[in-house]
Amino acid sequence: MPWTREEMCSIAAMELKDGYYCNLGIGMPTKVANYIPKGVNVTLQSENGMLGMGPFPNKNQVDADIINAGKQTITELPETSYFDSSDSFAMIRGGHIDLSILGALQVSEEGDLANWMIPGKMVKGMGGAMDLVAGVKKVLILMEHNAKDGQPKLLKKCTLPLTGKSVVNTVITDLGKFDILPNGVKINQAAPNVGIDEIRSRTEATIID
Amino acid sequence: MSSKKVYRNAHEAMQGILCDGLTILSGGFGICGIAENITEEIKNSKVKDLTVVSNNCGIDGYGLGTLLQTRQIKKMISSYVGENKTFEEQYLNGDLELEFSPQGTLAERCRAGGAGIPAFYTKTGVGTVIAEGKETKVIDGVEYVMEKAIKGDLSIIKAWKGDHSGNLIFRKAARNFNPPMAKAGNICVVEVEHLVEIGDLDPDHIHLPGIYVDRIFEGTYTEKKIEFVTLME
Repeated sequence: MPWTREEMCSIAAMELKDGYYCNLGIGMPTKVANYIPKGVNVTLQSENGMLGMGPFPNKNQVDADIINAGKQTITELPETSYFDSSDSFAMIRGGHIDLSILGALQVSEEGDLANWMIPGKMVKGMGGAMDLVAGVKKVLILMEHNAKDGQPKLLKKCTLPLTGKSVVNTVITDLGKFDILPNGVKINQAAPNVGIDEIRSRTEATIID
Repeated sequence: MSSKKVYRNAHEAMQGILCDGLTILSGGFGICGIAENITEEIKNSKVKDLTVVSNNCGIDGYGLGTLLQTRQIKKMISSYVGENKTFEEQYLNGDLELEFSPQGTLAERCRAGGAGIPAFYTKTGVGTVIAEGKETKVIDGVEYVMEKAIKGDLSIIKAWKGDHSGNLIFRKAARNFNPPMAKAGNICVVEVEHLVEIGDLDPDHIHLPGIYVDRIFEGTYTEKKIEFVTLME
């Protein structure tokens, strides 16, 4: 059985260690915050200029001046601090953030990441993703193992424009958790009853033993 | 510049500044912390061929998005253009020039512009299209790309409180790009929610000292818009 999206988030949450400063990307990575294990104290950074992000607000707590990088309303915590964008990226680019979790369109066996545009189809921009992958200590990717049309997303080489070169450390998909090593991709953990043959057949990247 | 910085409204504060072809640096992230009164005044002035440096371009029909609809913008320098159909359409049709700059690089390029630093090296974008055509350099075994500073003719800034000498305090996550953009403009015009007397702000709590601010006025605001109201499930 492949992992559900909830299970993927919960596996990803195990990577958040006590005392970490983390930046969670827009979409599924944001949801990882809901699965942080009890007793693990993690501080979430939002690149628009907030450290110590709380949960989404209830109706009475909504404040137009408190948003996350996905422009969603959010709440502050007693330990929250605010700063400007250049300070925010000094934290990111200066290597002060322990972990960044992002989504991806493609990841290569060398750790290249493509997640910001599809030429001729989708132009949204890289936002802070290029800075995050270049600057934070560890980059974890959360994505479906295959695209909607079945194409592998874990490739020998990315075909889409890159967000960063040799930047990805770990990939979690519905089929398993993978470490990007110098000589290829190693299966760290497979989803229950997902065999190595299925993973190999649905992956283009070199899977090493 | 006169020592008197305070103006009564956006129209008076923008007198003698606006003309075709300006490079405008805009604070704000999405529609949080944007100078909406000044933007409206730019729209009404009908100046065109503007280059706008801003992380985003507002949303359709709001903030900088209104200047796209009136086709006053010739070129954008931004990191993210999603959630704005007019932007995407004009870009794909070739009506709008767009220079993508990664968000941290964009903030730093403006900060550097305001700090007299002409360029800097960063790891961000190395090995991607962003580094194409730019100088790269290996420092202590790591490859970096050189990014040039950005300076503009005009900074348009939104703050929460400001005093008559231009000292500013921002509110929560509405600070975002406002300070780096304020520093890099030849003229900096600020709209505030609350204009206060000199001495009303604690000097230790000033986020942006008045030296960066040329003109300031109290804006008129109705309800603050929110791009995505997301509630706890």
